Order: sequence, then structure tokens, then C-alpha cells
Amino acid sequence: MEKKTHRRLRTGFCCLILALAALTVWNINAGSVSLSVREILPILFGGGGENAAIVWDMRLPRIAAAILLGGALALSGFLLQTFFANPIAGPFILGISSGAKLILSLTLIGFLSAGIAVGSFVLVLAAFLGAMMSMGFVLIISLKAKRMSYLIIGGVMIGYICSAVTDFVITFADDANIVNLHHWSLGSFSGMSWENIGVMTAVVIPVLVGTFLLSKPISAYQLGEVYAQNMGVNIKRFRIALILLSSILAACVTAFAGPISFVGVAVPHLIRSLFRTEKPLVMIPACFLGGAVFCLFCDLIARTAFSPTELSISSVTAMFGAPVVLLVMLRRQKQQM
Amino acid sequence: MEYFISAEHLTVGYDGVPLIENIEIGVRRGEILMLIGPNGSGKSTILKSLIRQLKPLAGTVVLDGKPMRDFSGRELSRKLGIVMTERIRGELMTCRDVAATGRYPYTGRLGILSAEDREKVDEAIRLVHAEEYADRPFRQISDGQRQLVLLARVICQEPEIVVLDEPTSFLDIRHKLEIIDVLKMMARTRRMAVVMSLHELDLAQKCSDRIVCVGDHCVDRCGTPEEIFRDDYIRKLYGIEKGSYNALSGSLEMAPSKGEPGVFVIGGGGAGVPVYRALQRNGIAFAAGILQENDIDHPVACVLAAELVSVPAYRAPDEAAVRRAKELMEACGRVICCVEEFAEGNQANRKLLEYSREQSLLTDLDSVIRAAKGEPE
Repeated sequence: MEKKTHRRLRTGFCCLILALAALTVWNINAGSVSLSVREILPILFGGGGENAAIVWDMRLPRIAAAILLGGALALSGFLLQTFFANPIAGPFILGISSGAKLILSLTLIGFLSAGIAVGSFVLVLAAFLGAMMSMGFVLIISLKAKRMSYLIIGGVMIGYICSAVTDFVITFADDANIVNLHHWSLGSFSGMSWENIGVMTAVVIPVLVGTFLLSKPISAYQLGEVYAQNMGVNIKRFRIALILLSSILAACVTAFAGPISFVGVAVPHLIRSLFRTEKPLVMIPACFLGGAVFCLFCDLIARTAFSPTELSISSVTAMFGAPVVLLVMLRRQKQQM
Repeated sequence: MEYFISAEHLTVGYDGVPLIENIEIGVRRGEILMLIGPNGSGKSTILKSLIRQLKPLAGTVVLDGKPMRDFSGRELSRKLGIVMTERIRGELMTCRDVAATGRYPYTGRLGILSAEDREKVDEAIRLVHAEEYADRPFRQISDGQRQLVLLARVICQEPEIVVLDEPTSFLDIRHKLEIIDVLKMMARTRRMAVVMSLHELDLAQKCSDRIVCVGDHCVDRCGTPEEIFRDDYIRKLYGIEKGSYNALSGSLEMAPSKGEPGVFVIGGGGAGVPVYRALQRNGIAFAAGILQENDIDHPVACVLAAELVSVPAYRAPDEAAVRRAKELMEACGRVICCVEEFAEGNQANRKLLEYSREQSLLTDLDSVIRAAKGEPE
């Protein structure tokens, strides 16, 4: 039995890493200018050439963003699912991404109309405030309504309200920059600078490590609050930590790539069925890798499917993510019967 | 011997509203303390306050000579094990995984089990006889098996006190007994102090060392099972109106049928009980006799029969008893005899049987029930 589980873990991680590597290479290759592996290698190892700029300034940062932000989204989804003991919780469904988007738009418009340039950290901070705002509402709903479906409906409503206000703000704040804003509010990994990537890394990686170090209390919490407390977990502090970590992750994604749907819900489920376990020690790194793979894959499609027109990343993730959520719901229904 | 855990002037309740005040209870190592009492009386509230899930409104809980509130979470997790009524979520966990969470207080930063931890988990699973389903998903086993796995979890947690809230509710008889058996082992062999609540009075009576009766918002009485389990007290504690509780056998009887007795039952030696119950079920009031007070039919007849003719233990029925029985037989108009052979000391009942034959009053249970239902005899 134990051997079987170990083999499953090894195979799972190998698959994820291979997929990540393959998709990375593919993402460098593919695009409006198609490059072969032979062309790429010299560029990567310092050789210049006419396509160096495409690789270094456009494709690589975009890949790095998809990896970091995809991982962050999936991890955030896993944390929220643990927190609410609700299998279809996720940063987008619960309206946390939309909350981040709202405050972010307000901040951007405020700064832009005052003629001040906005730094990446300010963006992340604004998004974080927005995420916390939505999270606050979701928490209130979760206290009042114990039923799982109400929480989700509440989250979706919060998301709609935030999106509506954001659209309203964008419509009336007409300005040259607003075009970009509109593009961003649909969700995209494009236009990342290396500075952006630096900030992203500085936010996401410490949170990833912090979450991993929380594996033990998370595993206790998975049994339920009563038992977690008996095992010596300080529930109050632990819950706050979960909220902060998941909100920071969701906020960071929204700040750089806009709201991206369904990654947070779908990836933890795919990982669960791949590894057949819920253990955080496995789930945390696997979700991160899985999210990265999922977003790289979706971004590849977004870029190349109707090239040179780009799809918004959110439409692609929804295409692949929403069916997973439906499947999960149906399967749970069957189990309960 | 000192109490291992005790409540001192403890007041418990929710949201600042006291539910039960001034609780004084204590348990020693190796002892089972049982909370009994009607639904909603506050047993769970007391238990939750003991394990620090609920903040006491007043008073203290002292564990091993130290106030409960001074323990760190980690310290307490090595001393206190629980099985509460909350469902364990544990999706995708095997039974072994769930049991292994008991080792949580002993593992390192990331919670990885050592070889020693694994051994202790295996041992605990053996002790609750769960080897067969240990590797099956926790969600897919029966309720009874689940409770046993939770006990295995507590066993490998190696606490010094275990608190359980109705661990046997909703389980079949076999699992109830298995669970009590494991709990007794934990108390006697592992010297744990066990505090639990139970609704099954018969089990409570047989496995507890001390009993705390939680009545209407107060701790009504504490004592040994012998002191607590008296028919009238249990009746009062639970406010039983629709039946009765027999403390000696630990069995329940429904309320007797109302009205004038319509049939006389000659019983004795245990043959009467099934007939009494059948008549009660069908709503037929009856008279019973002649029973000696030490006859096993006697306690049931006492609570179910509308009229009972009985004589003191080891005494043959006298003339007066026989006369009374005959009167009742005539008044009822029908007689059922459950006794097949009459022993030497039971000649009075044999005479009654003969008398009922002579008067052609004798009938059988089936006809009486059919007649009561209005069917042709």
C-alpha cells in the first residue's frame, strides 16, 4: 500500500515537471514568429541575433509570469478550499480576484489622472486591499450561511458587483491609458517586464515557502476545527494566516495579470485526482506546479490559437477549468446519494 | 488518590449565558466517569468546556494539578484525546491516515511520521481490531468502524485523559460493545482517565466507575452506578412518563395498556414476559398471576399488568392469592396459560389452569389478539 502511494507520488511529480519543461520550450518556440529549438539555444546562452529581443523581452518574462502566477492561483485555490471546507471555493469564484481588480482600477485611475507613475509594489498592495475587502464580505456570508452553495453564490455575487463597479469606473474615466486598463481587466500574461517578474517572485516564493511550512496545521485543519484545536493548533491564528496567504496570492495574480478564472478551483481537483491524496505536503508543491502547467498551456492556446489575435487568458482557462468544476460537483452529488 | 482532572466551581454555557452552574466533578487515572441525562441537559456543553473548546463562564478545570488555561496547545495535545460528535472531514484519507493524525503532537515541523510513529499507529489499529479495513477510505466504512478508527487515533495519541461525547450513538449492538470494550482497556490497562457521555443506560451502568447525572440545568447527582441506578431516580432524571425503566435488568418497558383487564395470564419462570409484551403491543390490558416476587416475570408484570397477583419470594401461593386470581379470571372472562409444566411448588397455578378449563375460560394469545383487532376467532 505504502509503496503504491510512493510510486504514485513519484510518477505524479515527474509528469508535472516534464509537462512544465515541455510547455516552457513550446512556449518559447511558438508565436507569431516561430523559432526552432536550434535557434533558441544560442539566444538563451547569450548569443544575440535578430530574435533575441523576442525571446528575452517578450516570451521568457511571459512564461515566467504564467508559471509564477499560475502556481499562485492554484495554491490560493487550495488554501481557500481548505479554509472553507468547500471543494468549489477559489479566488475567482469567491469574488476575491474581482475585489482586487476593483481597488486596483481605482488606484490606477487615481494615480494616472494625477500623473504619477505606479510601481509594481503599489499595485500589489492595492490588489491586496481589494482582495481583503472581498474576503471580508465572504467571511461574513460564511458566518451567516452554513450551506456550501450559499457561500459560492455569495462569492459570485460579490464578484459581479465588483466587476460592475470596475466597468463603470473604466467607462467614465476615459483616457489613453484606459485602453490598457480595459485590456488588463480581461486578464492577460502579456506585457510583463523583468521588473514585474522580480516583484512577483519576491511575493509568491516566500508565500509558497510559508504555506509549505504550514503543511502540518493544514493537515490537522482538514479533519475539522474541533480536532485541529485538540492537536494544538491555534485556530484563530491559523485561520488568519490562511486568509492572508490566500489573499496575497490572489492579489498578486490580479495585480499583474488581471482576474483569471477557474485555475484556483480546477487545478487542486486535477491534482487531487492525479495524486489521490489531500496531504498538504504533497498538495502544496503539486498544486503550484500544476497551476504553472495549466496556465502555460492555456497561455499557449491564448497566444497561438487565433494568432495574431490574442484571446484573453481567462476565456481559455474557463474553457478548460469550468468542465472540471462541473465534473467535481456531479461526482460529489453521486457520492452523497 | 488525587483527581487527574477536575472541575472546580465550573459554570458552563454559551455566549455568556450560564447553562449549568457550579459543577464539581473529578476523574482519577484508570477510571471511567460517565455523564448521563436527558437530551439538551448540557452534557456536551460540560464536555466541551472540559476540553477547552468552550470557555468556562466561571470556575476552573484543573488537569494534573495545573489549571487548564495555563496549558499550551502543544502540551495539552499530548495529554488530552477526544472523540466528539463532529464529523471528521478527511476526504481522500484512509483509516490509517486518520488514525495516524493522533501522532500529530509528536511529529516534527512538517508532520512526517517516523518509523516509531508508524509502529504505534499499527499497534493502535490492532488494538481496535481494524486491520481489515485500515487501508480503505475513511469515508467508505461504516459508522461503527469509523468510531473504532477514531479510538485508534486517540490510542496512538497516548493521552492521559480521553473525553468522548456519545461515542456509541447510532451504532449497532456489536459496535457499541466493541467500543466500550476498547474504552475499558484504555482505562484499565493504559491508565487513562476517561470522561464520556452516553445515552445507553444499560451500558453506562455496566462500564462506568462513577456517574454524573446532568438534570435540568444542574448536576443533579454523582455517584457509583449502584447509587444512581434506581428505578425511581432514573424515572425522575429523565422525566419518564410513557413507560418505565428497570434498573436491575437495564431494560425499558412501554407504558401499560389502559382500561379494565380483558385477559388473565398465568405466568412464571420467564414464560410470561413475551406474552405480557405482546398484549401491551396490541393495546390489551391484562391481569397476571400468580407470581412469586423473585420470579423473573415479576418485574415486567409489575409495570405492564393492570392487576397482579403476587406472593412473597420462595412462598407458595396461599388461599387468599388463589381466590383473588380466580375472581380476576372470572372478571376477565378469558385466560391464557404460558406455563407448560408445573413444578412441585407451583401447584396453585396448576389449579388455576384446571379451574379455567372447567369454566371454559381458557384461550390462547393468538385468539385474544385477533379478537382485539375485530377479526373472527
